[in-house]
Amino acid sequence: MLQGIAFYLLAAVAVVAGLLVVTARNPVHSVLWLILAFFSSAGLFVLLGAEFLAMLLVVVYVGAVAVLFLFVVMMLDVDFLKLREGFARYLPLAAIVAGVLLAEMIMVSIAVVQNGAAADAVLAAPTADVSNVQAIGRVLYTDYVYFFQAAGIVLLIAMIGAITLTLRHKPHIKRQNIADQINRPAAKAMEVKTVQSGQGVSPEELL
Amino acid sequence: MTLQTLVILGVFAPLLGAAIAGFFGRRIGNIPSQAVTTGLLFFSCAVAWTVFGQWTWGHLEPFTIRLAPFINVGDFQSAWSIRIDALSATMLIVVTSVSSLVHLYSWGYMAEDDSRPRFFAYLSLFTFMMLALVTAADFMQIFFGWEGVGLASYLLIGFWFKKPTASAAAIKAFVVNRVGDFGFVLGIMTIFWMYGTIEFAELFPMIGERAGTTWEFLGVQWSALDLAGFLLFIGAMGKSAQFFLHTWLPDAMEGPTPVSALIHAATMVTAGVYMVCLLSPIYEHAPGAAQIIAIIGAITALFAATVGLTQNDIKRVIAYSTCSQLGYMFFAAGVGAYQAAMFHLFTHAFFKALLFLGAGSVIHGMHHEQDMRKMGGLWKLLPVTYAVMTIGTIAITGLGVPGVGGFAGFYSKDSIIESAFASAASGHSAVGMFAFFVGIIAAGLTAYYSWRLVFMTFHNKPVWKEEGAHHADDHATHAQLETHSEPLPDADDHGHAVAHAGNGHDDHAHDDHHHGPLHPHESPWVMLVPLLALSVGAVAAGFVFAPFFIGHHEHEFWRGAIFVGAHNHVLHESHDVPTWVKWSPLILTLIGTAFAYWIYVAREGMGRRMAERDGIVYRFLYNKWWFDELYDFVFVRGFRAVGNFFWKVGDVKIIDGLGPNGAAWASLKSAARLAKIQSGYVYHYAFVMLLGVAGLLTFAILAWGA
Amino acid sequence: MEVGLQHYLAVAAILFTIGVFGIFVNRKNVIIILMSIELILLAVNINFVAFSSYLNEVSGQIMAMFVLTVAAAEAAVGLAILVTFFRNRGDIAVDDASVMKG
Repeated sequence: MLQGIAFYLLAAVAVVAGLLVVTARNPVHSVLWLILAFFSSAGLFVLLGAEFLAMLLVVVYVGAVAVLFLFVVMMLDVDFLKLREGFARYLPLAAIVAGVLLAEMIMVSIAVVQNGAAADAVLAAPTADVSNVQAIGRVLYTDYVYFFQAAGIVLLIAMIGAITLTLRHKPHIKRQNIADQINRPAAKAMEVKTVQSGQGVSPEELL
Repeated sequence: MTLQTLVILGVFAPLLGAAIAGFFGRRIGNIPSQAVTTGLLFFSCAVAWTVFGQWTWGHLEPFTIRLAPFINVGDFQSAWSIRIDALSATMLIVVTSVSSLVHLYSWGYMAEDDSRPRFFAYLSLFTFMMLALVTAADFMQIFFGWEGVGLASYLLIGFWFKKPTASAAAIKAFVVNRVGDFGFVLGIMTIFWMYGTIEFAELFPMIGERAGTTWEFLGVQWSALDLAGFLLFIGAMGKSAQFFLHTWLPDAMEGPTPVSALIHAATMVTAGVYMVCLLSPIYEHAPGAAQIIAIIGAITALFAATVGLTQNDIKRVIAYSTCSQLGYMFFAAGVGAYQAAMFHLFTHAFFKALLFLGAGSVIHGMHHEQDMRKMGGLWKLLPVTYAVMTIGTIAITGLGVPGVGGFAGFYSKDSIIESAFASAASGHSAVGMFAFFVGIIAAGLTAYYSWRLVFMTFHNKPVWKEEGAHHADDHATHAQLETHSEPLPDADDHGHAVAHAGNGHDDHAHDDHHHGPLHPHESPWVMLVPLLALSVGAVAAGFVFAPFFIGHHEHEFWRGAIFVGAHNHVLHESHDVPTWVKWSPLILTLIGTAFAYWIYVAREGMGRRMAERDGIVYRFLYNKWWFDELYDFVFVRGFRAVGNFFWKVGDVKIIDGLGPNGAAWASLKSAARLAKIQSGYVYHYAFVMLLGVAGLLTFAILAWGA
Repeated sequence: MEVGLQHYLAVAAILFTIGVFGIFVNRKNVIIILMSIELILLAVNINFVAFSSYLNEVSGQIMAMFVLTVAAAEAAVGLAILVTFFRNRGDIAVDDASVMKG
């Protein structure tokens, strides 16, 4: 019973937040609504017994991705109002197509649940001996280790890509060129000057 | 050195000469090339006379030398061989004698030409091909020689290839010959289909057995042997310029005169006659085909004689004369007198070559003037030429007294006419009477135009003396002009494209004559000697050889080379025809001669006035019965239209349109249209993805009954 | 009523639709588009996890984790592109950016 209420509440919040994401005028508001949608989904995950994933959602999506969005939105000096043009023009067609899609998807999900693969599925009760994290860990590094590594590589590539795209060398910034430093020949680095003992050397001769 | 080895050497000597002159001519120079080819050809001539002499007066037996295999496919066996019998021995001397004399003559005639090695190489090549043809022992070698002489003819007619009319004439000759060759090949195939062999030694004994074979076509049973005979005759029609396939011969006069003498008088055009006589076994058993031969031959004789009455170019008159005489030979073969046909071939070679070379001498002396209307009064200036031309004309008109003797043409032509009558009288040939009357009428016409030529050229007023310096300007009126290798000044600015076969020789002695008055002169001795040699033949070949060819010794002479059917006594009966028949050719000849004399000498100028009146008959004859125009209209334009249609519509529109071009255009157009889908807008792409998902879901719902 | 699998799936469907709708409506604003994409991915995650719980298969959650990873990477790169785009043009209106036209 509590579960039902929780579910409907969280679901409603998620849907409303999602709707507001796409219709808000202020993009900062959109981001904030997105964060709310993420939180509600995390709640839904907890209801489903996937608490590890829920926390992941919060940490990664909200903590990283949404914050990134916020950075970019606030950094760009864009006239967002101008970007709203044409909203009303495309609304009907989009609504129709989206509506059709929604109807079909719901039909399919109902059919799947009733007659298809997921017939007579019951929510698994949380087992005492294996927690969600352990269950995931048992599979992740054994059966799916290659995908795991691949995911890591994907992230690496994304990082390199993002850096490559946005890196700009400003002309007046001093930077080190390690390779040049290492490859400096001895002839350029040092100059041996013979000095008469007791004579010393004048600054002009040094330069 | 056995006779067989000599024969092999004699047949291949011209080929060797052709190879040396053809490939190395430029390196060894003009005189050596000429000397090599002429010398080798005289050697061949000597061999040929040796063989003929042994055959006629010795007792040589026919033999065949097998040289090498040619084609071996199942039953179709063919080998390179040299067959010596009466027919080939006769042809050997005809070909080699005339060819060697022509080679000698060309030393003088082509003296200023730039490509002399090429000319002599082609002449020798032609001779070799002709020898291959006449010594063949099966159809394939005949066909090889047949095509080879066609090729040589093309090369020689178009020798001055830079002249457009010469190139066109060469192509015309080749193409018309090709039509004939097509029939020839079909004939060979028919024979092979009937008898399973193409070798003469095997074939001839077998002819009688399956003579009755029929072949069904369009619901009618045709006699296969008649069909084969007719098809083979089509080949002969092409090669020997008989009616329907004659159009190439007059245009072939574009070639140098020695070429006309050799190829289009004595040898190549007689290949058809030779073939028909060789295949006498077939024609003796195929009366239908023989009748067709006789009819076409007779029509040709008459047709060519009528056209020759009106021509003004000296070479064309002689060309039509050749065509007409070939018609005689064919109708002689058609009525069953093959021996007479061969005899006429033999004598005709001499006097026709004589006439052509004599005409060449006139042309040479008149500095390449060929229009007889511009000649006249030359008998004092070119005496030897005049004498030999007269001899040749007497020979061709067949002047002689029956029972006594005469020049060469008398024996052979009268034999043909008498045979025609005999075949009609004995009922051997249904068309004999027609052939007979045509023969005597044509004899009269022959006399007329032959003497007309002599009178216009050598007698009467010298037209050229008055025209003198203007003759070079009249090129536009000439049907064709033999281009000499020296430049013809002022000739190029006329619409007539006179191309130079070689470059000019500025220090040439003839140069002055184009600007000043014309001085016709006699030809050098190197050209006169062949003329004299041929005139001996023209006089004597008749009475010396008549007994062997058609007279008492004919049976021993031919020794089975010509097959005569059991009911064919035409030749024997020809000696017994009524007296009026024997005198009729002479009467007609004298009438024709008298007319010619009256019109061209006694009433000088009458001929010219008759021509200028330009009546409908004159125009009909002058335009060669409008055959060229007819063929152009029907075939040339027709085929060109068909070709154009197939090219523009069939090839370009349909095949190219559906194939490469069409496919390329279609893919370009569709790609352009498809490319518009890529608008570059991301949201379009997203929308399309969305539509895709919706589609998939719909499919899932409908197909899986979810 | 008893909360079954279909309820979770319905919620996911609705969120997915909202995300698609958001892309389609906000043509010009790239940031909103990116956020809509995040919504779509979130919906997919919900789907995976719901199935994982109800079918007692932990691989659904593994899949959701990977989706999460990729989503984060994609958001990062997407925003980098956006920043570069903005630097080049001074504006983030993408509805007339048809340089990749076919």
